Amino acid sequence: MLEIRNLHTAVEGNEILKGISLTVNKGEVHAIMGPNGSGKSTLAKVLAGHPAYEVTKGEVLYEGKNLLEMPPDERARAGVFMAFQYPIEVPGVSNAQFLRLAYNERRKHLGEEELDPLEFKDLLKERAKIVDMDASFMSRSVNEGFSGGEKKRNEILQMAVLEPRLAILDETDSGLDIDALRVVAGGVNQLHNTENAVILVTHYQRLLNYIVPDYVHVLAGGRIAREGGKELALELEAKGYDWLKTETADSQLNRVAVETGVR
Amino acid sequence: MSQLVKSESKYQSAFRNVQSSFSDSQGSWLERLRARAMDRFDEVGLPSVREEEWKYTNLAALAKLDLDPVVISRVEVSAETLKAFTHPELANSQVVLVNGIFQKELSSLAGASEIVAMDLSEAVADSRYGDLIREHLARGADYMQSGLTALNTAFLGSGAFILIPRNVSLEVPLHILCLSDPEGPEMTSMPRVLVVSEENSSATIVETYSATKEGQYFTNVVVEIVLLDGARLEHYRVQRESNSAFHVATTAADLGRGSSYDTTSITLGGRLSRHDINVIMDHEGAECWVDGLYLVSTGQHADTHSMIDHKQPNCSSHQLYKGILDGNSRAVFNGKIFVRHGAQKTDAMQTNKNLLLSPEARVDTKPQLEILADDVKCAHGAAVGQLDEDELFYLGTRGIHAELARNLLTYGFAEEVIGKIKVESIRAQLDEAVLHRLNARLDV
Repeated sequence: MLEIRNLHTAVEGNEILKGISLTVNKGEVHAIMGPNGSGKSTLAKVLAGHPAYEVTKGEVLYEGKNLLEMPPDERARAGVFMAFQYPIEVPGVSNAQFLRLAYNERRKHLGEEELDPLEFKDLLKERAKIVDMDASFMSRSVNEGFSGGEKKRNEILQMAVLEPRLAILDETDSGLDIDALRVVAGGVNQLHNTENAVILVTHYQRLLNYIVPDYVHVLAGGRIAREGGKELALELEAKGYDWLKTETADSQLNRVAVETGVR
Repeated sequence: MSQLVKSESKYQSAFRNVQSSFSDSQGSWLERLRARAMDRFDEVGLPSVREEEWKYTNLAALAKLDLDPVVISRVEVSAETLKAFTHPELANSQVVLVNGIFQKELSSLAGASEIVAMDLSEAVADSRYGDLIREHLARGADYMQSGLTALNTAFLGSGAFILIPRNVSLEVPLHILCLSDPEGPEMTSMPRVLVVSEENSSATIVETYSATKEGQYFTNVVVEIVLLDGARLEHYRVQRESNSAFHVATTAADLGRGSSYDTTSITLGGRLSRHDINVIMDHEGAECWVDGLYLVSTGQHADTHSMIDHKQPNCSSHQLYKGILDGNSRAVFNGKIFVRHGAQKTDAMQTNKNLLLSPEARVDTKPQLEILADDVKCAHGAAVGQLDEDELFYLGTRGIHAELARNLLTYGFAEEVIGKIKVESIRAQLDEAVLHRLNARLDV
C-alpha cells in the first residue's frame, strides 16, 4: 500500500529525514517511535503533504502512485488521512458542515453520489458512537473551544467518517488522560480492518498497549535506528531513548540485523 | 482646490435656500444651532489629507461632485420595495429613514410600544421631549471638531429620535433602516439619529444602511447615543451601501455610571466609507465592547477611526476589529484609547487583525494607547497577514480543495465578529453576504 524509499526531507535548508525506507501493507499497524526531534512528526507531515517540507531525495509510492506529486487534498481524496497533534480550529463552520464537505469530496472522487444534510446526519450519528461523542459537538464550530481530549476525539471522528485506506495518527495520545486514551484507541481499533493500514506516531509506549502494532520503527536523528515487533516498544519503555544515541553510529549494521530478524 | 471651494459653496447655497423649509419656528435654538454649524462648515470645509486624521482617506473625489443635499424627501419607497431591506421578526419594531428623512408610513412600533421612536423634527417640537433633546443633541458629536459633523448639523431637520424610558427592557430589537434611494444621479443625504437610553433600561438596536439601487451618492450620518446610569444597549451597525457610494458616519456614545454599551459595526459597502466611533466614559463603572469587521474588495476603501476615552475610574473597554481585504482594496484602522489622569483601575483591551487576500490590497493600521493614570490594565495589538499555511494544510488533509479551504478559513476569520451578533436574522444575512462575497456555499 505504501512504500517509502530512501526519503530525505529538509525544511528551510535543514535536513530532517536522512534516508527513511519503510513498507506498509494493508491490514498492518506500524508504530513510529523516537525521541523529540528524531523526525517522526516530520515523516507524518511529509506523507500528508505539508508544503513546508521539501523532499530532497527518495520517493513514496501509495498504491503504486507517486504520492509526493499529489497536493494534500488529492492525497486525502485518495484515502490518506492524518490525525493532527494540534488540530486547527475553524470558527463559524460547524463540525457537521465541515465533515459533510470533506465526506462529499471523497464521495465525488469515488464517483458516488453526495449525501444531503439529512442523510449525512444519520451517518454522522452512527460514526459518532465510535468515539462516544455527544451530538452537541456536531453543531459546534470545528474544534473551537474543544478541550485537548475533545479535539483528539474529533480527529478520530473525522477518520471514522472519511474511512481512509491509510491513517497516520500524529501523537494522538499526547495530552490524553487514560479514559480518553481508551476511547480514542478503541475507536481506531474499530476502524482498523484487513483492507486499511494505520501508522501511529508516538513518543510513548502507552498507546501501544491499546493499539497493538505489527511493527515498530524507532527513529533517531532522521534515520531508522531500530526496527522490530511490538516487544521493541516495551524495550524502549524500559530503557528510554538515550541508549539509541550511542548506537546510532553503527546503526547500519544493527538495522540489517533487526530487519532480517523481523521479516 | 478650486473644486473644493465650489462644492462648499454649493452646500452653502443649498443651506440658504432650505432654511425656510425646516418646520421648527424662526429664532429657535435649533435654528441657531444649524447656523453655527454652517458657519463652522464654511470655515473648515470637508477634511483633506493634510489633516492627520484623514491622512489615508482622500475625499477629493467627493468634493468634486456637485451634490445636492436632501432636506425634504421627494421620493416614495413602496412597502414592496422595502421588503428586501427589512426582517420579518423586526417588522413591528422598525424605523425607516429614506435619504435621511423619517418615513412614518413605513415605520412601525406595534411590537415596541414601550419605547418612543419618532421623527426627530417632530420630537423637538413636542413638549414632552423638546428639553431632553436639547440637552443631548449635538453634544456627543461636536460640530466644532469635524467639518462633516458640522455639515450634517447644518441640515439638521428630519431624523430619528429614540427614547428607551427608565426601567424598560425592550424585548424585540429595534431596527433603524437608513435607505438611500438616489433621486437624481447625485445627492447628499444626512441621516441624524439620537438615542437616549434612560436609567436601567435595556435594548437592542440594529442600524442598517442600504440602497434601493446602485448610484453615486453621499451619505453623511451622525448618530448620538446617550446611556444614562445603569442603561444597557446592544447596538449593531451594518453598512451595505451601493459600491459607488460615499458613506461617512460618526457614532458618538456617552456612557453613564454603571452602563453597558456593546456595539458591533459591519462594513461591506461603499466606494469610500469612513466610520468614526467615539465612546466617552465619563462616569464610573461603565463598560463597552466596540467591535467591527470590514470586508472590502476591488475599488473599495474603508476607514475606521475609533476613540475610546476613559475619563473616570473603574471602566472597562474591549475592542476587536477585523478586516478582510481582497483585490486592490484599501482599509484604515486607527484606534485610540485614552486613559485620563485619575482614571484608575481602567481595563482596556484593543485588537485589530487584518487578512489580506490579494497582494494588491493594503491596510494601514494604527492602534494607539495614551495612558495618564498609573493603576491600569491596558493592552493593544495589530496584525496584518495572509491565511495560515498550517490551517490550509489541515483542511487539505480532509480532502477539501484549496479554494474552498481558503474560503472556509476566511469565513471563519469573519465569524469571530459576526458570531457576536445576537439577532439571528441579521447574523444569518451577514453570513450569507460573506459567503456570497467569497463565492462559497455552505449548506447544512
